[in-house]
Amino acid sequence: MEILFFYLVAFVTLVSGLLVIRCQSPVNSALALVNTFFCLAVFYVMLHAPFMAAIQIMVYAGAIMVLILFVIMLLNLGTESRQRYTRGVVWSSIASLLMLIVATVTIKTGQVTGAEGEITAHTVKSVGHTELIGRTMFTEFLLPFEIASILLLVAIVGAVVLAKKEV
Amino acid sequence: MSSTTGSLPTTAPILFEDYLALGIYVGIALFLVAILLLLSWGLGHRTRSRIKNEPYESGVYPTDNARLKGPVPFYLVAIFFILFDIEVIFVASWAVAYDRLGWAGFGQVSFFTLVLLVGLLHLWKTGALDWGPSAARQNRKNQDIP
Repeated sequence: MEILFFYLVAFVTLVSGLLVIRCQSPVNSALALVNTFFCLAVFYVMLHAPFMAAIQIMVYAGAIMVLILFVIMLLNLGTESRQRYTRGVVWSSIASLLMLIVATVTIKTGQVTGAEGEITAHTVKSVGHTELIGRTMFTEFLLPFEIASILLLVAIVGAVVLAKKEV
Repeated sequence: MSSTTGSLPTTAPILFEDYLALGIYVGIALFLVAILLLLSWGLGHRTRSRIKNEPYESGVYPTDNARLKGPVPFYLVAIFFILFDIEVIFVASWAVAYDRLGWAGFGQVSFFTLVLLVGLLHLWKTGALDWGPSAARQNRKNQDIP
């Protein structure tokens, strides 16, 4: 049952991913991208990571998509976007074929299960997924966390400097 | 999985059944929406003509391209939305574990929020949150008028 659900969601993800690159209108592509993000959030839930699923929907399907839509509006894509770029088709097919071979070999021969870490599924179940993330972030990864605040501050100032030259 | 995992379950044995109810709920919602749309599409009355397909019905003729350039302040607000959205996620990850982190965690998250509050004050002072022409241009305009 679960594997069937996985295949269903994977199929929807792939179809919407294809729609992102095949749609004529950029806004339709953006909507297909929203669908892809939601499917990825479903995968996070299936991997027992509900906090990641919430972030995926809030940040990617929410904020990043707003930004992408504004970029579409600002760039004002017109007729030039309808032209298909045909020169790179051969090279990109070769590259994707090689990528497929690499991925197949890796999955066939590699050990994808990984080693058992300090935090087991049992701990996650008893403590809680989001609580574990919060606890680790504020103890072990405290310095990167505080650096992230400085980074966000720099991003705020940078956005103003770039956009507010003369309005 | 290797045998070193012992008696601990390698995957949490709950979950799929828990989310099954949510999935069924979503399925019912989608089904209802699809049925309503199909019914209105199938039973509804359709007229197709050149005049019907015009964007404005009451004789306003469209003249130019519909794709106008959006003003830059909209884009700025979108960027600020992303940045403060990320802040919310960091704060939420503190809020779920606040009792385990104690006062130290409170101090750390306060520092984080204070740094971003400085950013917000900077936005406020530089007028990035204002709409319309900037203060400098407004002053110029006021000088031009008299």
